[in-house]
Amino acid sequence: MILRALFQIGLLLLLPPFLLGVVNRVKAIVAGRKGPPLLQLYSDLRKLLSKGAVYSRTTTWVFRAGPAIGLAAVATAGTMLPVAGQPAVFSFAGDFVLFAYLLALARFVTALAALDTGSSFEGMGAAREVSFASMAEPALFLVLVVMARATGSLSLSGMLGPALAPAWRAAAPALLLSAIALFVVALAENSRIPVDDPNTHLELTMIHEVMVLDHSGPDLAFILYGASLKFFLFGALFVRLVADVGTSGFWAAEAAFVVELVGFAILVGVVESFMARLRLTRVPQMLVGASVLSVFALVLLLR
Amino acid sequence: MGAWTDMAFILVVVLDLFLLASSRLGAAIRAVALQGALLSLLALLLTSSGHSPGHMLVVAGGAFLIKAILIPWLMFRAIREMAIRREMEPLVGYVPSMILGGVGVVLSFAFSRGLPLPTHEMHPFLVPTALATVWTGLLLVVSRRKAVTQVLGFLVLENGVFVFGLLLTDFMPVMVEAGVLLDLLAAVFVMGIVMFQINREFASLDTDALSSLKD
Repeated sequence: MILRALFQIGLLLLLPPFLLGVVNRVKAIVAGRKGPPLLQLYSDLRKLLSKGAVYSRTTTWVFRAGPAIGLAAVATAGTMLPVAGQPAVFSFAGDFVLFAYLLALARFVTALAALDTGSSFEGMGAAREVSFASMAEPALFLVLVVMARATGSLSLSGMLGPALAPAWRAAAPALLLSAIALFVVALAENSRIPVDDPNTHLELTMIHEVMVLDHSGPDLAFILYGASLKFFLFGALFVRLVADVGTSGFWAAEAAFVVELVGFAILVGVVESFMARLRLTRVPQMLVGASVLSVFALVLLLR
Repeated sequence: MGAWTDMAFILVVVLDLFLLASSRLGAAIRAVALQGALLSLLALLLTSSGHSPGHMLVVAGGAFLIKAILIPWLMFRAIREMAIRREMEPLVGYVPSMILGGVGVVLSFAFSRGLPLPTHEMHPFLVPTALATVWTGLLLVVSRRKAVTQVLGFLVLENGVFVFGLLLTDFMPVMVEAGVLLDLLAAVFVMGIVMFQINREFASLDTDALSSLKD
């Protein structure tokens, strides 16, 4: 039991940067480039961690605390997520609310740190990030409520556990709609392409990347690692919802889970390669569309 | 079988929501065409509980021919002739109209059970889908400026009526339904001519130009 829990936490902590490597590799292959190595982010993180950090004189402790609190919040949220249908490390009724708000806390401290620099540019990025997040959050909650209603369970472990397969048989259309909504939310929350371009450094279009311009060294490493962890969390939620392979053995389920996560990363990479970034005014439309879809799913369930 | 019918009904409603959000006319016309094709598929899927398969076959085939092929072709011709691609400034924005559409969907799914029906209900999604589609059509007609989008709204409205009509196929003679479909075709034909006239007169398809007086 202890060994399994340790393995799951190890997976949670070690796998995420690899997934972003897969996304970048897919984008590179589609564009006809060779692309960076799959393990590039690990090297980046090692390099950043061995460097010192530079702090501007206008910043206060808020700026220094931001990356650490952000990473801690996302990692704590990760401990509530069941890996491959096994019960999560922490699990209680209603933990999906805490899960969503820990992610919101991470965003809040990042935005606060950006405002703390006193740069108007970073303030603009924070404003954009927060206003889009305020539209992504209802969609995320509605998806979670649909899952809670379909499986009759109030904890993430129950929602994504063994009760999911019968729920698919009973209410497939509703779950399918909410899975689409969840994918849109995952793209928005992780600042992937239809919403935000993770590679851009053009000031007019940046959202998430603006906020972290002033961070350096270990702080930047924390932020990059936290972003990959968040990608892992949404990926785990999504693949568990759509691809519940009913393997019985622990190790087989874990292996299938890792394969599915790589599949999710490939899917995101393909979406990024073939879609253009939406205009900023179209982004709220997409997020409201995701909310409306999950409201529809909820109505189908409640009928 | 049941799952496929469910999915078809839900896809019809999702297409309604898509139409409220889309600003590109080409995509909107394709969505209406797909909705028409789905309606004829639904007519076939619901036959098993009906009485006369031949009747349903004629209705489904006619609907497919007119709603999914002929009318979209006419609409594509219209936007090509008038060289317009997208609805620029709707009276009600895309996000509000999507929210209104969502409210309509929720209300129609929540309250359709209370409606007294003259016959037994063929499928639990039939009445709410019809109501939601009619509501979407109404919204499109009143909230868009361009004549093409208003015609699309009219088509969606008619699609909703068609869904409701599926409920009564056992009682309605083929001739009545064929008449309705022909009426629809004629209406779109006339609207196409009217659109052409508006375009020639004002060099745009903005129907607001019709309400200003001119010597």
